[in-house]
This record gives sequence, C-alpha cells and structure tokens, in this order.
Amino acid sequence: MSRRKFLGCLTAALGATTGVRSIAHAASNKHFEGYPDSFGVLHDSTKCIGCRQCEKACNEVNELGSPEKPFDDLKVLDTRRRTDEAAYTVVNKFEPAQPGPKSSPVFAKIQCNHCQEPACASACFVKAFKKDKTGAVIYDESLCVGCRYCMVACPFNVPAYTYNDPITPKVTKCTMCHPRILEGKLPGCVEICPKEALVFGKRKDLIKLAWKRINEKPDNYIQHVYGEHEMGGTSWLYLSGVPFDQIGMREDLGVTPAPQLTSGALAAVPIVVGLWPVLLTGVYAIAQRKDKIAKEEKDAAVKEAIDQATDEMNKQLAQLKDKMTKEQQNAVANEVKKALEEAAKKAEAEAAAADGEGGSEDAPEAGKEDK
Amino acid sequence: MSQENKAIQPEPYNWFTPFNILTAVVLAVGAVLTFMRFTQGMGAVTNLDNNNPWGIWIGFDLLCGVALAAGGFTTSAACYIFGLKRFHSAVRPAILTAFLGYALVVFALHYDVGRPWKLPYPIFVSQGTSSLLFEVGLCVFLYLTVLFIEWTPAAFEWLGFKKLRTIVVRLTLLLTIFGVVLSTLHQSSLGALFMIAPSKLHPLWYSGYLHVYFFISAIFAGLSMVIFEGTMAHKWLHHKMDDTHLAEADGVVLGFGKAASFIMMGYFGIKVIGLAVDNNWHYLGTGWGAWYLVEMIGFVLFPAILYSVGAREKNLKFIRIAAAWTVLGIVLNRFNVSLVAFNYHLPAADRYFPSLSEIGITLFVVFVGITVYRFITAKMPILYEHPEYKDEH
Ligand code: SF4
Ligand code: SF4
Repeated sequence: MSRRKFLGCLTAALGATTGVRSIAHAASNKHFEGYPDSFGVLHDSTKCIGCRQCEKACNEVNELGSPEKPFDDLKVLDTRRRTDEAAYTVVNKFEPAQPGPKSSPVFAKIQCNHCQEPACASACFVKAFKKDKTGAVIYDESLCVGCRYCMVACPFNVPAYTYNDPITPKVTKCTMCHPRILEGKLPGCVEICPKEALVFGKRKDLIKLAWKRINEKPDNYIQHVYGEHEMGGTSWLYLSGVPFDQIGMREDLGVTPAPQLTSGALAAVPIVVGLWPVLLTGVYAIAQRKDKIAKEEKDAAVKEAIDQATDEMNKQLAQLKDKMTKEQQNAVANEVKKALEEAAKKAEAEAAAADGEGGSEDAPEAGKEDK
Repeated sequence: MSQENKAIQPEPYNWFTPFNILTAVVLAVGAVLTFMRFTQGMGAVTNLDNNNPWGIWIGFDLLCGVALAAGGFTTSAACYIFGLKRFHSAVRPAILTAFLGYALVVFALHYDVGRPWKLPYPIFVSQGTSSLLFEVGLCVFLYLTVLFIEWTPAAFEWLGFKKLRTIVVRLTLLLTIFGVVLSTLHQSSLGALFMIAPSKLHPLWYSGYLHVYFFISAIFAGLSMVIFEGTMAHKWLHHKMDDTHLAEADGVVLGFGKAASFIMMGYFGIKVIGLAVDNNWHYLGTGWGAWYLVEMIGFVLFPAILYSVGAREKNLKFIRIAAAWTVLGIVLNRFNVSLVAFNYHLPAADRYFPSLSEIGITLFVVFVGITVYRFITAKMPILYEHPEYKDEH
C-alpha cells in the first residue's frame, strides 16, 4: 500500500469532521475513541535503517537551526538521545539481547505519539494542548504559562522546554506537521523516508495495515501493535521484530487513558464543595450546642447556689431583724424602765418627802410584757 | 505621661546580630540569583532538564510550603468550628504563618514557571478544568484571599480601623469554613498531581489514594508546624506575648500534640492498607523499600509515638521534639514523591539534583518569609491581644 493512496482520503476527511467534538474530551471520564477519521503514522522498525533522514526533514520543516553534528554523521546513533528543543524527533540504535529476524541493530524513531487522550492536554491548566481532529496534538504557545506539568505528565517523556530563554520560553514537541497536513501534505519525516518505514494514513487503516503485516509474516514481528492501546491509544503506531522494551519503549504503561488516572481525584471536588460546608456547619452547631448546654448547666448551678445563698441570707436577715427589733425594744423598754425608775425615784423621793412610802412595782412588769 | 513613655522606650535596636547578618547575606545572594534567573532564563540557575522538569522549587517551595502552611486551617477550624476556644491565642499566629506561607509559595512560583506574568491565565483566560494543577491554582488563589481577609483584623487593630475590623470579625465562621473547603481541595490535589504519572513514580509512593495521603499528612503537618513555630516564637519573641497567650501556650502544645499523634497513627494505618491494596509488599525488600521504611517508621511512626507519650505524660519537651521531627518527615515525604521516587526508572546520569543556585533561591524565599514574619509580629497584635479588643470572644 503506498502512502500516496492514504493521502487521497485526506481532504475529504478534513471536510467531514469539522466542528465535531471540538471540546476538550480530556475533561470527561468517558473513554475517547479518537476522532473517527483522524490520522496517524505507522513506524515499522523492521524497515528502518537509521539513516537520520527523518531527523533532517523535521529540522528543516520546523526550522530548528543547524544541528551540532550533521545529519549524515551516523556516529551520533551510538549514544542514546531524547527529543529536545532542537530535535522534535530522534532515531536511536539498539542492540537487542534477543535478535529479531533482521540482524541487529534495530533503529527506533521517537517523537510525540499524539495520544488519543493526551496526558499533556489533560494536565495542562490553561488548555495549551489540544487534540485536533486531524489526530495531531497541537500546542498553543500564547496560552502556555510554562509550568511544565505537561512534561511531568507525558508517559513517553516527549515534551521539552527552552530553559535558556528568559522571555519567551516554550514547550517544544513534534506537531505531526499539523500545518502541512492541513495543506494536504505529508509530515516531513514520512515524506523523506527512503525505506517506507513510515506510513501516514487514517489511524484505523494503519491498525489494519499493521496487523496485516504481522499476520502475513508472523515470524518477522512481535504480535503487538505498540500504540494501539497504550495509554488509551496513540496516533503513532509501531511494529517491531524484537520486544518493545528492548528498543527503548516501555511496555508497562497500561491501557488506561491519562485523564482517567486523575478523574477520581477530580470527582472529589464537587463532593468536598457540597458536603464539607454542611458537615462543618453541623460540627459548629454541635460545638455551639455543647457550649450552650454547658452554659445552661452552669447557669442552673449558679442559680441554685444563688437561691441557697439568698435563702440563707434571708434567714440571717430575719434573725438580724428580730435581734435588732428586740434590741430596739429592749432599748425602748430600758428607756421606759429608766424613766419609770426615775419617775419612781422621784415619786419615792416625793413620797419620802411627803409620807415616806410609794408603789414602784410597775416598771419591771412593763419590761416583761415587751418580751 | 512622660515618665511612662520613657519606661516603654525600646532599647536601641542592635542591627548586627548574627541572624540579621545571615539574613542580609542570603537576601543579597538571592537578589543576584533573581537577576540571573530573569535575564538569562531558568537554565542559567537550575539543574532542571527535559526529563526532570520539576526540581526543589516545586518539591520544597510549593509542596512543602503548602503542607506546612496547613496550620492556618487546622487551627482556625479547631477554634471556631470545633469550638475549642482554649486554642484561641494560637489562631492569629497560625493564620499569619499560613498567609505568609501561601504568599511565599506564589512568590516562589514566579521563579519556577517560564512566563510568570501569565500566572493569572488559568483563572482568567483559559481554564484547563481537567487539570489537577488548575484546581491547585484556583484554590491557592482563593485561599490566599481568604487568609488575607482573616489576617486583616490584626492590621486594622494596629491601624485603628474599628468599623472595618468589626465587619471582618463577623465573617469569621464563614471564612473558616471556606478555608477548610479550599484547603481540603488543594492539599489533596497536590498529591493528585502525581497520579497522572504512574509510570514515573515508584509504586511504593504512587497510589490511587495519593490525594487522601496528602490531605491527611497536611493536617498533622499543620499541627506540628504550629507547635514548632510556637516553640521558636517562645524562644525569640517571648517578650511580645501577653498573659493569655503564655497561659494558653502549653495547652495548645498538649492538645495539638495529642491530635497529631492520633492522626499520624491513622495515616500510618491507611498507608499500610494502601500497600496491601496495591500488593506492593515485595518492594519492601528492595533498596527503595528500605528508604520507604525510613520514611514510614522513622518519620511517621516514631514521631507519632513520641507525640502520644508526650501527650500522656504531659511532657512538653517530647511533644516539641516530635513536632520538629514531623516537620522534617513531611519535607522528606514531599521530596520523595516529587524528586527521589519520581523518575526512579531513569539511569543515574539522567537523575536530578538541585544546583546551588536553586537552593540559594529557596533559602532566599524562606528568609524573606522569616523577615516579614518578624516585622509583622513586631508591629501588630499577633502574639498578644490588642488591649482595646480584649474579652471579646
Ligand atoms: S506523547 Fe506525550 S506530548 Fe505527545 S500527545 Fe502523548 S502525552 Fe502529549
Ligand atoms: S508548560 Fe505550558 S503547555 Fe505545559 S502544562 Fe504548563 S501551561 Fe500547559
């Protein structure tokens, strides 16, 4: 199957998918099957010869400036490299422990895999990444804050950062040549590949093609299309004659799409926002009530104490009053007695003066009556 | 009158204490590094690279900063929601530290993000609601506002704005509840940030419960930090405290220590359950397992026990040691998640270690915080009650 053939579907597909599902699906928990007619690239590592032409084409298309070492210098392949701001794609050489049908080494190309449900897009807090209907995951520099959470999130370690730029640093990664696809052109790397190790097409057709190759030559391939299900599926797909973990691709990523990894934690938000205030107000009310009850009890106790004290005081007061009244009466009585006595004395004196005898028995009697 | 004035006239301030000199040096170095960072880019001062996009500016300044500032919401919740009025004197210092803590987190983020002038973007321009970082950003922004409002009464008392103060004080309960909700969300989200990268974080630290772990550990981090700071303040700012504060201080230490011991035991328990659920026991036999046990036994179980013994025997010294130990443990945990166990699969040559300049900036941020704290506690009624507003609560 030639790559030109895939190209034919391109314009039609683009026209058909406008406006569908343009909202970031990363926000939902549902598994996103991908845009129906999105594109992808199949990299068949059994055909790759490590010529670095794709690196060169990528460099030119994206105007990445002249490389440290020229692209025809194959010694570069001796050290393992990753993508960075100066290279959106790199080819690495591997000498697998268990050689495949083709004599070693094996070459593997890496770049952004353009995930169906990209971890980078799900992680970005300003939606600077977007899964486009073409299949490309595109980046909008004008929104990016530069937090680099996308780099933390990407399971394939793809995005790079221009750390040495103080004013306009940005995230860099393969664009799947999104602008060229819109023009109806092939991605630069696909176009230049001399061995047709890269095939561009609709993702669903590429999966069929990949399995066709595996089934036609089962001895040549590992029975696995890398990217069909990894992290929920990617637009770039890979075939290999040796286990993928021997050509630098992790096989332990699982099939869970990135957004699902965090959906549980995100789902907690409405619960917390809804429940906490209610709960806390409840706790507050209980605490207040506890205080109130404590206060009431205290008040009751105080009241009782006061009542008792009042009783006591009243009694004492009454006694005091009694006593005072008595004393007063005593005083009055005394005065009366004194007056009477004086009167008596006077009378006696008068009587003595008159006839020597007088009645003075009355005075003590009056004191007794008062008691 | 004139005699009184003479009596409270402070002794001439000695600027050349060792600590002030150290502060000056750190601030000066920080200024130079700041200049470099903003003129030559992050690459000039950090060891960050494409495999290690987050270093100690995130690991310490953000993750630890936010966790250790959790004292604000725990203390105000204890006092105003749970009605534990005996902790009242601890609220203001805790709110102040939390406010400063969050302000510093935001300040430090200006160094770490590529285009800091776009920091309002996630909230005002383009909301990436599927991102846990969005949640963190939004909550931190809102909570910083809440903390600021909660702190204003102190400033209003200092400035003598009585009416404004009364209005804010009336909002206390509402603000406290708001604060607890926001704290729950972002404290847990900081842990959940790493849930998107199961292939990068070592299984002993990765968990589907990472958000729960972070939330619970933030609570005892906050409690421990209140005790720890209180200890420091008693040492250096004793003369600023009023009788209520001094009388209540031991009760705060005991109460918080007891609470921390319970929560840490619970945390230890759910971590063990987590191990069992993910069936990660076999990792315990590896080198990573040993390191994990250092964290769990040395820095969770041990201080938890120390706390409980201290609380039972009313041994304040034990509790204070446990608090400092727990603070270290939280730092260790946040470092493990964000730096040590993160990218564990990379070859040693690709691993990250902070550069001196990065550490310098972090120290700078910490010292800015201490300096502002000293200024505010020196001027405003934080460690004592303003005489005009006594007996109000
Ligand atoms: S490979 Fe990485 S950068 Fe590319 S779309 Fe997937 S998550 Fe994003
Ligand atoms: S660095 Fe930019 S693109 Fe990446 S997550 Fe942050 S804001 Fe989004």
